[in-house]
Formats: sequence, structure tokens, C-alpha cells
Amino acid sequence: MEKFTTHTGRAVPLRRSNVDTDQIIPAHWLKKVTRTGFEDGLFEAWRKDEGFVLNQPQYAGASVLVAGPEFGTGSSREHAVWALENYGFRAVISSRFADIFRGNSLKNGLLTVILPQETVEQIWALVEADPTAEITVDLEAREVRAEGVSASFELDENVRWRLLNGLDDISITLQQESEIAAFESARPAFKPRTQPVG
Amino acid sequence: MGRTLAEKVWDDHVVRRAEGEPDLLFIDLHLLHEVTSPQAFDGLRLAGRKVRRTDLTIATEDHNTPTLDIDKPIADPVSRVQLETLRANCAEFGVRLHSLGDVEQGVVHVVGPQLGLTQPGTTVVCGDSHTSTHGAFGALAFGIGTSQVEHVLATQTLPLAPFKTMAITVEGELGEGVTAKDLILAVIAKIGTGGGQGYVLEYRGSAIRSLSMEARMTVCNMSIEAGARAGMIAPDETTYAYLEGRDHAPKGGDWDDAVAYWNTLATDEDAVFDAEVFIDAAELTPFVTWGTNPGQGAPLGASVPDPASFEDPQERTAAENALRYMGLTAGTPLREVKVDAVFVGSCTNGRIEDLRAAAAIVEGRKVADGVRMLVVPGSVRVALQAIDEGLDKVFTAAGAEWRHAGCSMCLGMNPDQLAPGERCASTSNRNFEGRQGKGGRTHLVSPQVAAATAVLGHLASPSDLTDAQQLVEA
Repeated sequence: MEKFTTHTGRAVPLRRSNVDTDQIIPAHWLKKVTRTGFEDGLFEAWRKDEGFVLNQPQYAGASVLVAGPEFGTGSSREHAVWALENYGFRAVISSRFADIFRGNSLKNGLLTVILPQETVEQIWALVEADPTAEITVDLEAREVRAEGVSASFELDENVRWRLLNGLDDISITLQQESEIAAFESARPAFKPRTQPVG
Repeated sequence: MGRTLAEKVWDDHVVRRAEGEPDLLFIDLHLLHEVTSPQAFDGLRLAGRKVRRTDLTIATEDHNTPTLDIDKPIADPVSRVQLETLRANCAEFGVRLHSLGDVEQGVVHVVGPQLGLTQPGTTVVCGDSHTSTHGAFGALAFGIGTSQVEHVLATQTLPLAPFKTMAITVEGELGEGVTAKDLILAVIAKIGTGGGQGYVLEYRGSAIRSLSMEARMTVCNMSIEAGARAGMIAPDETTYAYLEGRDHAPKGGDWDDAVAYWNTLATDEDAVFDAEVFIDAAELTPFVTWGTNPGQGAPLGASVPDPASFEDPQERTAAENALRYMGLTAGTPLREVKVDAVFVGSCTNGRIEDLRAAAAIVEGRKVADGVRMLVVPGSVRVALQAIDEGLDKVFTAAGAEWRHAGCSMCLGMNPDQLAPGERCASTSNRNFEGRQGKGGRTHLVSPQVAAATAVLGHLASPSDLTDAQQLVEA
């Protein structure tokens, strides 16, 4: 996983709530068997509308997405995270994220930051008034900073440590191999097995 | 203090618990399909890892598969590559796979329970959010992303953040024509698409206990639409009767041991939930969605709401956007909303009881002119059972299309899609923009409402069909 320590960039205000993962990356893109090449599918349907915020030239090259509540609901498709990253986003700010999307993002080094809706509104106002305004998302200090905004955010300490160091979850778990093996040997015999029944 | 069902299942699967770390949980059953697994297998290959427990892993093809001409090569080359990738991966890593054409093929959440693999007190994961379906058996079952799929393949465990518990208690009897689908749509409308965030929901109460296993699966299936981590129902005699004798259900002494364990799982009387919601079953009526998220629903007898009636500014804007997308005007009675298509199927409502319910309504009637009705069984086994009962003939005689098993129009990954602007009454689980095809408009409904809607051409319940005029003249 890519490390995340601190990131500074311009931000896109996405004034929508309940942005589901079908909007982030439509199903027909899910036929690909890679983790790359999803950038053109990001918000595909909405990008057909010229007025959509991602099509506005002043937000080109922005790397922080600031969205309404309940971001990432619906399908568990990790492709939604890959599409945001492939497009160039490093962080998403919202007042509420769907659980599976948030888990997926933090396993890929895309930092999802939970801030109160009131702070989200403040950032929206700032970057709408001045699209060149920069936002800093600082994971070390657990803080989001921009002109007139300084807000701290919560993140599970273990998750933060993994992100700061770019650690691979699987290698960490495999260090517990003996504990897994011990658990396995104590499992009851009635537990299901998938092998065909003769 | 007592523990809840979810806490008991969780505690029984903790491989490692340490201060400052998430619990490491053992996974009893890992279900795979073609869409969310290829990148996970790639990851294993890159790191030189194996699948730790092929005997706890099973794959099926469902999301991407065609429902017509399944004996011919798949027309879309990208879909074909994805299915071939799953076949190659399962062969290389030794994972059991049920491919298109196999008698055990079907939607992954229909296949697991049908084989008897989904059992009470187990942990079940799949790279699909509707894994919550399996909670109907008292399993702790949840959807995961592809990174976690790789993690489970390599370790058979997952590090997981703690959860909170919410009781959804439904007391009383469901009225005539009111189904599990109406119940769960009403729950989601009540608590919202984010209401279940961070929680494992436990559905309880007399109305839940009286549901069949298939109806319980419908309820648990849509827990994710309320944002929940999972949804569960305590196992009981209904659960055991469904399981006993299935291919992978325990046999002989193992069965007795299993039942003895399963009987310990119900939430203790003195357990405390972090949140509680109460619903009176008698107050529920057929429920449909009018908007573009599953929380935007209303009783069928109501009208399209006025966005101005929402106090919360975010909800108001969401309602305005939804009405614009759906092409609906506030105040229009929902029964006057005309449809172009009807879809019966999916992991929510693609089981035999769903097909029976829909068939009973269209039998002897015709699908309205200009309406296309698609019936897609959830699995090959469901299809064979339906054919055995003559349901396929009932559907085709009414003018509906009888298709092969798969996810089909629930998510529009295969050729079964709505055209832009088309409106569909669908027994599936998501009414998101473009979910059933670019520009398509979805109303989530029960199989009974879907069938009545197909006959009348507008959103309707079976009670609207009392007139003999819809019956085909003999």
C-alpha cells in the first residue's frame, strides 16, 4: 500500500449526498481485471453533463474531493476507490462514509476524512469562491487545514499507523500464523466444508 | 451482562485479540465471483501466496453472465475474459467453481444457502455487499472489498473494527399481501441509508419469527441498503428445517452437535443493544421506492412526496435531484406511475417462493401492452424447481420472458439493461441512478407488486387486480 503522511492540493466541491459507488464507477467498468485504467469511468454518467463540477476547468488537477454525507454507499466494489485514485484523488472529505467504502479506501492509501458537515460547508464555500485555494490533509497531526479552516479528525490509531508506514495487512496477519493454525485445529467438526459431497 | 447474537458469533471467531489492534476474526466461508476476485488472485500470485483454505472457499459465476444463449460463446469479449480469468484462477489455486451451464451455478447468495453451506453461527464473507443475505441463518455475514478478498484467500482471517448492535423489533402480523420486501423497504425508509452505519442489525419479534427462511433472506439482504455492517436473525426451528438434509449441512452426530451449539446463539434476555427500533407489522402496507436511493420509499397508496416537505436540507436537495432523474412530479399518486419494464429476480427476490408469488398473480392474465417483463431465477436449482412446477409456462403464457439464472438486470452488467428513460418495477435491491442501465429509472418493489404492475402497466398491488377484466378470456 502507498504511504499517506500529509497531502496538500486543490479541492473539488461535490455538493451531493448519498453518492453511491454505482455513481463513482458504473457496473460496466467492473469487467476489467486490473486495478488501473478506471479514471475515465469515474462519475461517468455525471461527467456527460458539461456543468458537472469535475468538468469545470478551474478544478482540473485537484486532488481532494469534498463530498456530501453518506459518500460511497451501496456496492462493495473496490473499483470505486481505484477510480478515484486513478483519476488523481489522494483524499476524500465527507461528514459520513459508508463502512465498506471507507474500509476499502484505507486499504489503498486513499485517505477518507470525516469532518462535521459544518466544516464541509466551510470548505465548499472556500473552494467555490477560490478554486486555487489549497487544502492540507495532515495524517500525522490528524488535521485538515485551509484558509480559515483548521479541523482535527479522528482515525483509528492502528489504521493510521498502517497508512503512515504503507504497511501491507496480509504480511502483518501472516505474522500470527501460529495463532491462526491453533484456532483452526480447535474448530468443531460440524463446521461446513465446500469440497463436493461424495 | 448477556450478549447479543452478533456478539456471540463474533467472540467465537476471534483468533487474536490484543490491545490497540483490531480483532483478528476467522472466516468460516468465503464466497467468490468473477467481478471482485481477479485483482485478489493477481495479488496472491505477485506475492507467491496460496489460498490457505480451499475447503472453505467456493466460487460461482453470476454478475456478468448472459441470461440468453448460454450455450454460445459470450458475445462481449471483456465479459468473456473476466469469466475465463475466474476459471483459470480457480483451476490454478484449487478452488471449487460452478460455471455457467453447471447445475449449481447461480447468484452467489442464492447458491450458498441452497447448498447448505450457510449455517448458523458461522462467519461468511464475499466481495459483494449483499453478503448480508446469509445473516438470515444467524451467520455473521458481510460484504468486503477486493483487498480483503485477497486477505481472506491468503489467511482465512480478517482484522475487523468493532461494531455496535441495533435491534429491529417487528411485532404483530403482516397484513394480506404485505411481504418481507415491504418490511425491509419500510425499515430503510425509517432509519435512512446511513442509519445502520457501524451497526450489526438484529431483526427480532413475532413478525420476523413467522417469516420463512427465504423471506428472512430478503430482509437480511437489504441490511446494507440501510448502511449496516450486517443483518442477522437468530436461528430457530425454521432455520433447522430448511438446512437439514442439504448437501453441506452437518450429518448424523455432527448435526446434533451443531444444533446444540446453534441453540446457544440467540441473544440473551439481559443483553443490551446499542440502539433499538420498533415497528408494528400491522401498520405495514406494500411499499415502493420513488427516488434514487433505497431510503426514498413510501407506501404504494401514497403520492410522490414534495421535496419541500423534507426538513433536512441535504434530504431536500436529494429529493429534488431524485424527482428530476426519475421524471416524477410531486403529488402524483404512486399508483399512477406507468412502467416500461418489470424485473423479477436477484439475490433479494430471485428464490422459488418469489417466483411462485409472482406466477400466482400473472397466471391466467397478460402482461400489459408495451410492458416487458423479465423473470430471472436466482440459480439453476431455482429454475429447475420452477420448471418442475410449471411456473416458466405461466410466465411465458402471460407474455413474460423466462431467462437463465444470474444477477441480470439487478445491476445491468450483462446485456439485460434498461434503455435511457425507461422505467422499471424491480424486485432487486438498488434504485441508484443508472443501476439497471444508463438513464434507467428503478422502483424497488416486492414480487407481488412487480407482477401486479406488469399486468396493469402502472405501479399496483395484487389487490388492484380483483376485476376479472385482466383475466385472459378462455
